[in-house]
This record gives sequence, structure tokens and C-alpha cells, in this order.
Amino acid sequence: MKETTMSSLLPKASPSAGAAVSLENLVRTFGSVRALDGFSLKIEPGEFMALLGPSGCGKTTALRVLAGFEILDSGRVVVDGIDLSNVNARKRDMGMVFQSYSLFPNMNALNNVAFGLRMRKQSRSVRQKKASELLEMVGLADQAVKYPHQMSGGQQQRVALARALAIEPRVLLLDEPLSALDAMVRAELRDQIRQLQQRLAITTVFVTHDQEEVLSMADRVCVMSRGHIEQVATPAEIYARPSTAFVAQFVGISSRVPVKLSGQEVVIFDQRCPVRSGESSSVTGAADALLRPEDIAIEVSADGTGFVTRKSFLGAMTRLVVQVGDLSVRVDVRSDVGSDIELGTRVQPRIVARDVLVAPRKEVAILDVDAPYRPPQTAD
Amino acid sequence: MAPLVGEVAEAENEVVPSFSTGSSKRRRRVRWWRGVVLVLAGAFFLIPVYAGVKFSLQNNEHHFSFQAYESLASAPGFTAALTLSLKIALVTMVVSTLLMVPTAIYVHVRLPRLRRLLDVVTVLPIVIPPIVLIVGVLGVYPLWAKSSPYLLSFMYVILAMPFVYRSLDAGIGAIDLKTLTEASRSLGGSWSKTMWRVILPNIRPALLSATVLTLALVFGEFTMAQLDIWQTIPVWIAQFSVSSDGPIQVAASMIGLLGTWVLLLLVVSIDRSESRRNRKKLRSS
Repeated sequence: MKETTMSSLLPKASPSAGAAVSLENLVRTFGSVRALDGFSLKIEPGEFMALLGPSGCGKTTALRVLAGFEILDSGRVVVDGIDLSNVNARKRDMGMVFQSYSLFPNMNALNNVAFGLRMRKQSRSVRQKKASELLEMVGLADQAVKYPHQMSGGQQQRVALARALAIEPRVLLLDEPLSALDAMVRAELRDQIRQLQQRLAITTVFVTHDQEEVLSMADRVCVMSRGHIEQVATPAEIYARPSTAFVAQFVGISSRVPVKLSGQEVVIFDQRCPVRSGESSSVTGAADALLRPEDIAIEVSADGTGFVTRKSFLGAMTRLVVQVGDLSVRVDVRSDVGSDIELGTRVQPRIVARDVLVAPRKEVAILDVDAPYRPPQTAD
Repeated sequence: MAPLVGEVAEAENEVVPSFSTGSSKRRRRVRWWRGVVLVLAGAFFLIPVYAGVKFSLQNNEHHFSFQAYESLASAPGFTAALTLSLKIALVTMVVSTLLMVPTAIYVHVRLPRLRRLLDVVTVLPIVIPPIVLIVGVLGVYPLWAKSSPYLLSFMYVILAMPFVYRSLDAGIGAIDLKTLTEASRSLGGSWSKTMWRVILPNIRPALLSATVLTLALVFGEFTMAQLDIWQTIPVWIAQFSVSSDGPIQVAASMIGLLGTWVLLLLVVSIDRSESRRNRKKLRSS
């Protein structure tokens, strides 16, 4: 008997799969707010691009412009060399999965998936066959006759994904599709989406504010702020080599440490460190170094200049807050090491990063670790 | 600070039992009042209906009889009035639906800021007396329009607007119309197909409610029809009561009332039967 595997069920990548997308100088304003302010981005065929940023940064607007749901003030949306800026949303061949469950309540799962094919005037038998295959692909073959209100949130989003894929879209658009799901379902669906995207090689644009999703799924990440791009790079680069202070603070955790610039070097914990090239190198005057927890190592020492003020168990790692003078920094250590370190333990921090990101001094501390800590007093 | 904790704990110990007792007493009182309100409201609505039914089911000697209902069909002018009312109701329902459904949908999808304005505008027909409307219209409209009974339909569209718009607004508000519309559009659905296959099926209960309310309004409206000199059912009832005995007139009213109720029950049962069908499909799968 022939074994049914997921890869055998997946539709073959269509000729239209893997379209190149180019968003050129997009401007979209809502009243006095510029949601997109000269936003330009190129997405390679078959690439999984994530748009990441805080609420109101314009990421959803960019996705909706690409889908054709927002009219541009200026700029161009080009897919496979064709300017789609003035093309109606229904003619763009873009499958979209929405944040809120968007299944049609009056149709069962099968008919929801078949809807796009029906709009394309496919015969009933073709529609049924393809919709069944897609439901099987997302693991919901047994839910075909169920209506949306009879399915869980995770199941609904799977059906929505199958429905978006059914039309063999040129670009797959995912608008925070996992944000309404619980953690376990989210992790499972995240893997499934990534697996399908890689198998079908569909150019995918994924909007989210969840860093974990972005870092684990995307080929490249576009970090956005106030309608423009802060950095476009691979997840590893975004995390390890943020090019701006905004990216460093938004992605992952950074401790902000006031430093004195000395040419292209700074001194932190009596240690000279080179300044990272890029935006950092142009900083002058008062500055802060942005340090990841893993940029700093500690050594337990009775003569250490810092002491541990807080300790959080994170599983494999333990995060410590170390106070050095008036500064507080976060440091990650392996949990087997961290378990031996008590609050108040004297430690000597040192920078292990090859260079550090430097940003203009910020007056307001962004961390909640700045409250001065006083070690327990011993009785005389 | 320890005494403070003790005080709080003590206070809680004292308060909790008396609070829960008070709460259950209040709940009983609430239930009791609910029953009274229900009985009073029921009496208010049902006593006149009971009196009407009783009156229509007696003959001239005050004995039980179906005579009024039997002679209703042959009563002079009844069939013509009923036919006219049905025709006007049909046109009103069609025009009202064609006008209000796209308007309500468009406002929800594209102009949500106008919803408040529309809420106010659609209430105006309740505030403005029908007599003012019809006198104004009769004074302005050309003769050919006034000579058609369907002018009344257009007036009734205005009168029905508060009920129709509110029904539709509630129905549309219950679904995520914007997302559903966008989902349909992204899958290649034109506006007409989106409307026909996605939106209308999902607001069907609201649409049916709006239709039934319009029908009820047309079958109950007297002032405009009387002034426009068209003998609809309410006008016929009023005129017939002058020249004939009461039971037939009341029998006609009761039939109109029951007809509306039957239609309302139909609306509810259509929804229920759909839910049953869905459950049946699910079980069979």
C-alpha cells in the first residue's frame, strides 16, 4: 500500500510560485499620520519576509497595500515586473490569512477552501478534489464538513491557510495569523506554515510583532518604525548585529550603558571595546552602549566590581541582573552555573562581544533594572 | 502592621457570610420582580388580542361562531384591499432592501464614521409624523405619481427605515464584515459575488427581520393610505366598521396580526432548521 506522506499531498509549486516583489517608495497617510513614509523593500522569489515592528509602525499598512486593500498616496507595488499599484485586490492573486478568523461562517471548511477556486470558475469536481487535498495537507481532512463555529481557533487558521493556498497565490500574505492562538497551537502552526512555505516556495510576507515568530520563521526580517525601515537582514544578523539603537532595543533584550567615546572605541567596565561600524560610528558626544545579555560574561570574584541583584530562571539559561556602580546590566549564564550564584554575590563583568553598538545618550532609562540595589547589611 | 492584616481578615470573616446572604436575597427579589414584569407585559399585550379574538368569534346573538371569518372573503372590497396591501408591501420590501442593504454594508465597510450620522437620520421618520410627510409629498409630487398606489410604497420605505436599518445594522455588526469582505476580494470575489455568496447569507436573519417588520408596518399603516385615498387593509377595516358589524372588522385585524406572527415564527424557524441541518451533517460525518 502506498504510504501517504505530507510531501506527496502537497501541490506542486505552480509556475507562478515564487514571485519577486518590489515595494517602491510607498507613501500612505491617514490624516496627519504617515503610516508609510517612503517605504521601499525588495523581496526575492520564494523568500519568507517578516515585517516586524511595534504597533503603528506601518507593517500592516504595507501588507494591505501589497494586497490591494489600501490606496497609495504615491509609490509602486511591482510583482514579477508588473506594476500592480492600480490593480484591484481581487485580481492580484494574493492569498491572505488574517489575524481575526476570517472564514466565511455560512460555509463549511471544504467550501471555504474551495471558495477561491469557485471564483475562478473551476468545475465542482476540481474544486472538491483540490479543497480536500489542501485540507488533508493542513491535517484537517476529517473536519471538511464542519462550520467555522464548530472548529477551534487553530483549526480555523489552518483552514484559512489552506484557503489562501488553494488559489496558488503569487504571494502569500500573513497578517499576524498566530496572534490569537494559545502558545502550544501557535508553535505547532508556526512550524507548519514554515514547512509549507518552504515546500511550495511561495513568496511570503508575514506581519507580526512577535520576535520569537520572526526569528524562527523568516528568511529575512524587515524591522520597521514610524513608517520606514530600520534594518533588513537575516534573523541572526538582526539579533546579533542590530544596525540601529531601535532594532537593538526592539529585538531581543539590551542593557543601555552610558559610555565615553574615544575615537572608535569605548570603555566599559575598564575594558576598551571597538565601536560597531555603521550607525554607531557616526555617534558623537554623550553616548550609550547597547549590550545583549550574551555580550557580557561574569566571573565570581570577591574583588568583583559588581554584584548580582536579580535572578530569573529561563530554562537552559538563567538571566542575572548585575549592578556595577550605578549601572545595571543583564547577563545570561548557563542555568547549571546560575544555580550556584546567590543574590548579592560579587562578580566581575567583562565584555565578550567583538564590538559594541553605540547610540546617542538617552536620558530616560529603558530598563526596569535601574533601581539601585543595596546588598544585605551584615551586623557589626 | 500585623494587626492591620488581622483586622482585614476579621472584617472579611464578618462581611462575607452576610454579603452572600444579602446577595441571594437580592437574587430572589430580582427573580420575583422579573415574574411580575413578565405577567404584566404579557397581560398588556395579550388581553386586547384575547378580547379581539373573542369578539370576532361571536355572531350577532353573542354566540360562538366562525361567521365573521367565513364572511370575510366575501366582504365587499376586502380582497381588493388585501391584494393592494400585498402589492404595496412587496414593492416596499424590494425597494427597502435594495436601498438599505448596500447602504448599510457600504457604511460599515467604507465609511464607519458615518454610522452615528446614519443612526440619527434613520430615526427621523419616527420623529416626523406620517401626516406631515404625506401632506408634503402630495403637495409636491406630480399627478401621475399621486395616481399610482406605489407612491405609498416609497413613503413606506421611509417609514420603515428605522426598523430596516437597525435590523441590518445589528446583523452586520454581528459579523466581521470588513475582514470577510477582504478575504473574499483577495480570493477573487467581485463585489456582487461577495455580496451574494458571503455577506447576504451571513446577515440573512437580519434581512428577514427587516422584511417582516416592513410587512407589518405596511399592513398597519393607516394615515398615509387614507390621505392618499387608497383602500389598503387598514383603510378598509376603518371604512368597513362604519358601514357594517364589528366582528368582521376585528376578524380582519386578527388575521393581519396572526399573519405577522406566523412570518416572525417562520424567520426564527428558518434559522433553527439551518442549525439543525448543520448539526445533522456534523453527526453524519
